Amino acid sequence: MEVLFYIAAAVTVLATLRVITHVHAVHALLYLVVALIALSLIFYLLGAQFAAALEIIIYGGAIMVLFIFVVMLLGPLAVEQERTWFSPTAWVGPSILALVLLGEVGYLIASGDHPTMAVAEPTQKAISIALYGPYIIGVELASMLLLPGLIGAYHLGRRLSSEARSC
Amino acid sequence: MLSTPALVLAIMLFGLGLIGLLSRRNILYMLLSLEIMLNAAALAFIAGGARWGQVDGEIMFLFILTLAAAEVSVALGIVLQLSYRFRTLDADAFCEMKG
Amino acid sequence: MISVLWLIPVLPLAGFLLLALCGARLSRQQIAWVGCGSVGAAAVTTALVATDFFSLFPARESYQQTLWNWIDTSGMTVGISWYLDALSLLMVAVITGIGFLIHLYSAEYMAHDDDYARFFAYMNLFVAAMLTLVLADNLLLLYLGWEGVGLCSYLLIGFWYREPEYGTAAQKAFIVTRIGDTAFAIGLFILFTQFQTLSIQQVQSFAMEAWPVGSNLAMIVAALFLIGAVGKSAQLPLQVWLPDAMAGPTPVSALIHAATMVTAGVYLIARMHHLFELAPMVQEGIAVLGLVTLLLAATSALVQHDIKRVLAYSTMSQIGYMFLALGVGAWSAALFHFLTHSCFKALLFLAAGSVIHSLHHEQNIFKMGGLRRHLPWTFWTFLIGAAAMSGVPLITSGFYSKDWILWSVWSSPLSHRWIWFGALLGALLTGLYSFRLIFRVFFGEVRTQPTGESGLAMRLPLVVLAFLALTVGFLEMPHTLGHVTLFSQYLSHALPTTELLPGMDESSEAREQLAVTVAALLGIGLAALLFLPGSLFGARGTDQSTSHPSVTLLQGGWGFDRLYDRLFVQPWFAVTRNSSDMVDRGYEWLAVCAESCHGWLSHTQTGHVRWYAATIAVGTLMLLGLFAM
Repeated sequence: MEVLFYIAAAVTVLATLRVITHVHAVHALLYLVVALIALSLIFYLLGAQFAAALEIIIYGGAIMVLFIFVVMLLGPLAVEQERTWFSPTAWVGPSILALVLLGEVGYLIASGDHPTMAVAEPTQKAISIALYGPYIIGVELASMLLLPGLIGAYHLGRRLSSEARSC
Repeated sequence: MLSTPALVLAIMLFGLGLIGLLSRRNILYMLLSLEIMLNAAALAFIAGGARWGQVDGEIMFLFILTLAAAEVSVALGIVLQLSYRFRTLDADAFCEMKG
Repeated sequence: MISVLWLIPVLPLAGFLLLALCGARLSRQQIAWVGCGSVGAAAVTTALVATDFFSLFPARESYQQTLWNWIDTSGMTVGISWYLDALSLLMVAVITGIGFLIHLYSAEYMAHDDDYARFFAYMNLFVAAMLTLVLADNLLLLYLGWEGVGLCSYLLIGFWYREPEYGTAAQKAFIVTRIGDTAFAIGLFILFTQFQTLSIQQVQSFAMEAWPVGSNLAMIVAALFLIGAVGKSAQLPLQVWLPDAMAGPTPVSALIHAATMVTAGVYLIARMHHLFELAPMVQEGIAVLGLVTLLLAATSALVQHDIKRVLAYSTMSQIGYMFLALGVGAWSAALFHFLTHSCFKALLFLAAGSVIHSLHHEQNIFKMGGLRRHLPWTFWTFLIGAAAMSGVPLITSGFYSKDWILWSVWSSPLSHRWIWFGALLGALLTGLYSFRLIFRVFFGEVRTQPTGESGLAMRLPLVVLAFLALTVGFLEMPHTLGHVTLFSQYLSHALPTTELLPGMDESSEAREQLAVTVAALLGIGLAALLFLPGSLFGARGTDQSTSHPSVTLLQGGWGFDRLYDRLFVQPWFAVTRNSSDMVDRGYEWLAVCAESCHGWLSHTQTGHVRWYAATIAVGTLMLLGLFAM
């Protein structure tokens, strides 16, 4: 188990290093996706299965898709750098790291050995009960945060479209 | 026990994110670095929750996730606005609030 | 039906809100209907509540109604709750009844004013605040009403705010009464720290248990409350605002500065009478203050040129009588004089307003004269009012109330003989200045041509008030004349009965009454001699250019304005004019310091996001380092 953890940790650190050093936005994003998937594996190993699933769905999925869309919307600026997009050096690194991660996950499934902790793991039921019990105010605050986020994003995007039409 | 190495990893990731935030001029990379830092914080909470067998760690992760979603949606809107207004993504070019 | 008590203050408040929020969209007729209608509805509600009160509480106990908790923190609970007993019912009846008549009168008097809606909005707000004051169950709610009427008084004195001096008069009234209000508030704080409650009934019962008669705390609190009452009721030494308050429209003077608001101090003292009974020295002070004020104001009223200022000084003088009565423990007599005074003083002001209205806003009595034939309604009603104020015996209400006060002063163990003589002199002066006004304005030759009698909406209140000024007195008649005690029986549960010295029988009362009657008639006779055109000295009085120093002193209300100017205003201006004082230096240094610091710190505001991020990171590291140490 510890071996799996350390491999995933190494993948995360290396991928993150590439994110902050890479010159190409799309490649950096790919590395970030890899880092996030490795991180979700670490969450799983720490016994937080629900967090691991959310990490992949929301971070690796939704938020990264948002970034991709923005990079595409910024088209004219990205065009100069786009020549290197399909060069092997751009995707070999992330894919190797991703393969290592894939192997890890495959080994985990094959071994059927699930992580055990000394302390009793919190179940998903307990999380939900706590979320809508003592943390209800936090949930309300989070919803209050999301609504301005929605309105702000809509507002910024709307102004953009009208200006783009004018120029 | 994996909590201690997980915390070390969280600190390393946070440091890497900070380096990225401070060293890159492109505002898009700065946002990516911010995401890394948020993830590092989330990892620290998860590790703490696992160490004590409490649900609070995962609940804090959920809140961080919500925060990140709201932050990214607004921040990317601002990035689009800035790139259309200034025709560049250079963070140092946006210094109209200079005191 | 008594449960609709809460409607009484709410109705005028609703009228205020309606007029303030959508007054601009209503026609003049609608505004008048809303303004008069809300107060009229409150008067009808009062009548319903009163009939219920009489049938449910034959002994005239009290009725309480709590609407909701206003303030509820640990250790302090203050409710929006009303307290109805004989005393507050009397006040409510006067406020709504006379208030309605004055509103009706204003509907015509103010008909050509541009700010018709604003006027009625303020008037309704005033009535609501005054009703809150008298119906309040606790001192905090009473204070709310107290400040509310002060605010409305300010707004209405400065109603024609385009004239700078009217604005100054409004500010003067506000600031001078504020001195009293501050003292009142300090009194509230002391009471609250002592008893942890502000309920009027509880405070007084606790005070009677905890404080012996004449104890220091009782004296201090009573003195503070007295200062508050003195400020509101324009008594010495805070009386200077009332003559200037006549800058407001005449109905305002009638409603606020004669009939209701200025008697709030009388109400406060009567309401807190248990407290004042614990402080005999303060009570004696009330009597002396009342006496001095009534003489001072009466002498000033003798020489004024402005018809409204004469009435203003007469108001101060009559409230002086009420304070005198309160001071000698004649609580019911003070309230009885309040009742008759609000009838005849409202009548006098409204009749004066009618005169002013017909003379194109001429207020100088030396430019009036001979209006008897041109304005018959106004003349007769004004005559009744003046007769009631001077206390013409047997037929007017003023006689019965003033006689009761003087009889109490004569026979009370708390009083002295010289106070009675002073008050008797005041009665003489009252007759003199009231009939000086009558002879100047309504007799002799016509100096300014009037435009004719005013309309029905102004005449009706005059007639009703004149009727009341004549008949209200029959509610309470002395032993020698019929011995009617309806009024004192009515108030017997709310206020203690007046103590009399032993050995006061009917014959001494008759002798005392004879003295009062003679004084009043002597005053009127003197006025006829001095001021009636064609009489012995009548011609001399027309000369208005008498500038004898004593006359100027009296015209300025005994020079209190100048005294306060010298004592407080001038030294303050002198201090503020000094430009090189140390305090200024200190503040200048602070400004320079702030400016240089700002210049230095603004270099850190580079506008670069990464710079900010780096500083945040460094700051966090430093904080972590601090915690690590």
